[in-house]
Amino acid sequence: MSGVKRFICGDEAVAEGVRLARPHVVSAYPITPQTIVVERLSEYVEEGSLKARYMHVESEHSAMSCAIGASSVGARAFTATSSQGLLYMAETLPYASGARLPIVMMNANRSIATPWNIYGDQMDAMFLLNSGWIQYYVEDAQEALDMMIQGYRLAEDPEVMTPVMINVDGFVLTHTYELVEIPLQEAVDGFLPPLKMPLNSMSLESPKSLCISAGNDTNMEFNMKQHFDMLRSASAIEAVDRAFGETFGRTYHGALEAIDTEDARVVLITAGTVTGTARGVVKALRAAGKKVGLIKLRVLRPFPVQRLIEALKGVEAVGVLDKNISFGYEGTIFTNVNSALMAGQMSPKTLGFIGGIGGRDITKANLEEAYGKLFEVLEGADLDRVQYLNVRCDY
Amino acid sequence: MVKLNAKTLHNEEYFYGHKACGGCGESLALRHAMKVLGPNTFAALPAGCMAAVSFIYPNMAFTTNAMITPFAATGAVASGIAAGLEALGIDGTQTIGIAGDGGTADIGFQALSGAIDRNDDIIYLATDNEAYMNTGIQKSGLTPYGTRTTTSPAGKNLPGSVNQKKNMFEIVAAHGIAYAATASVGYLEDFLAKVAKAKETRGTSYIHVFVPCPTGWGYPAHKTVSLAKAAVDSGLWYLAEYEKGAFKLNRNPGSFTPVADYLKAQSRFRHLTEEDISRIEAARDAKWENMRRQWQG
Ligand SMILES: Cc1ncc(C[n+]2csc(CCOP(=O)(O)OP(=O)(O)O)c2C)c(N)n1
Ligand code: SF4
Ligand SMILES: [Mg+2]
Repeated sequence: MSGVKRFICGDEAVAEGVRLARPHVVSAYPITPQTIVVERLSEYVEEGSLKARYMHVESEHSAMSCAIGASSVGARAFTATSSQGLLYMAETLPYASGARLPIVMMNANRSIATPWNIYGDQMDAMFLLNSGWIQYYVEDAQEALDMMIQGYRLAEDPEVMTPVMINVDGFVLTHTYELVEIPLQEAVDGFLPPLKMPLNSMSLESPKSLCISAGNDTNMEFNMKQHFDMLRSASAIEAVDRAFGETFGRTYHGALEAIDTEDARVVLITAGTVTGTARGVVKALRAAGKKVGLIKLRVLRPFPVQRLIEALKGVEAVGVLDKNISFGYEGTIFTNVNSALMAGQMSPKTLGFIGGIGGRDITKANLEEAYGKLFEVLEGADLDRVQYLNVRCDY
Repeated sequence: MVKLNAKTLHNEEYFYGHKACGGCGESLALRHAMKVLGPNTFAALPAGCMAAVSFIYPNMAFTTNAMITPFAATGAVASGIAAGLEALGIDGTQTIGIAGDGGTADIGFQALSGAIDRNDDIIYLATDNEAYMNTGIQKSGLTPYGTRTTTSPAGKNLPGSVNQKKNMFEIVAAHGIAYAATASVGYLEDFLAKVAKAKETRGTSYIHVFVPCPTGWGYPAHKTVSLAKAAVDSGLWYLAEYEKGAFKLNRNPGSFTPVADYLKAQSRFRHLTEEDISRIEAARDAKWENMRRQWQG
């Protein structure tokens, strides 16, 4: 079943995806570069094409809190934010995940002040990596739309019951126009049926206390259950994407997509839109006879350790591109990948590449340089573990 | 509507088995509010004494649906519950946010304002014990002048708290709210009637109830109700309503009982000098002059 194709930007694709997912409650607060999402959603509500309550909350903290309230009675809730807004609502994220509320949120990845900057890097979402939310990173507008639909199906899976954050790179994706297929509502309704009252919902038939306190005699157990359900959601992530493919004819290869990795000597790992640039670079380098590969990491939590280990078998050097800095250490994804390699008892050479901070371009040349450095390391060069792309100062 | 009092109020309980201190005014207010609101109530309580004593796994004190909210988020969570129930077509429910003075006048102020602005169909019950009790009696925006708290110590240089109470009732009314009222657990029938009125109100209502706290105020537990009365009788608290754009004093005593009697019954005020007390009386008189002038026909 194919839908209509429209030329829309990433934010509009998100809004289309949300409309198709039929949330009952949308509560959001504007912030660049997310604003187009909430503008479109309020238009849909006004014109009646989305039958939802649009809640004009006075902050992001209230946006998520309102979604928590709605979700706690079994309503489907959506919010969207970015950067300062995500950090402002930070307290409420583990709140939602601890209460096992299947909320879906779009985060338009944007730099964090100070210095102020509205352009894209992925520092914002990294702050919330430990919030108990499943985290996706998407590459293009079609994937952004599709993931709104997949997101609810995953979050609401009774075995998962975990909120989902879909990260969409600010401006590069939120404000870039692409041809996007809008799925048919009937197809989406089949794939994503109305939310059945979850077991943990407050209801008149079975009144409950939610978001309770648990002392040191039980608290660890609550956290363990949440943690292990999140770990187990790895298989649901694959299953939901496969099912999506059966209905809509396109999949995203689950938690990660491995491109030309089978016989690759060096592999670069990316998350988000920069993957698109990297695809082109890999093609060119392959054409020139270089054995390079690429991994598009789509999910950072639960971290797809096993799939990474499989995809990196036999690879001699691994580079990780981070659009974030964990001040005082390195890129966050780099740390995670190295730990996964240790778990797989694999010891390829690894290099971290930090770039794209505050919206700095990551060019094809930058990525060619990254692949080049990985080959240099294989030839015995002694390079710094962490490399910085396209920087204009000494450090 | 039947007048609610000890004779007419039913014997069902929806809030019990909690771990509040003996004589807790706040839990008294909750228990009675819940009796008026009934079994189809969805309660949202932020951090604070009432949340801390009522949701200790596995012992839950609410028999109705209830949840703890982030501290700042009472208004927003209550709105979300009401919106969710409405969107799902679940009728005949009542959503209530129940927050302390700190949770209302300070950290939760913004979310409360947002909820009133949207005129969401919720009740907001502010339970005012005049300090952050759950964290150990710290000064809040509703701690009155001259109160000794753990962050406004009284000493040679300061008489305890040096600020006036924020005027939440009028601030809320200034939003053009559907219904607002002040109350006291010393005048329970008045409080019950106001909760019943809020239940009937479509749109947001706000009730600000005065709830003495033996632990934080330093008085014997059996005096909660008499102190709650004394606050009203001495004119330091007042019973009023705001409805259809107009204020109304529900109690307008010809004379006040001595402020000093009320104050000196509590260790939080025992350090106050004659001068401090005169100052408190003067502020009271100015407030009443205004209320009488502006609110009475
Ligand atoms: C964001 C946040 N800040 C601070 C706290 C700590 N805290 C919990 S309860 C409380 C005091 C609550 O005071 P009040 O709202 O007056 O209610 P009471 O305990 O007096 O009933 C504080 C400061 C918290 N839980 N969350
Ligand atoms: S400290 Fe005060 S408000 Fe808190 S439970 Fe005890 S009496 Fe009630
Ligand atoms: Mg208090």
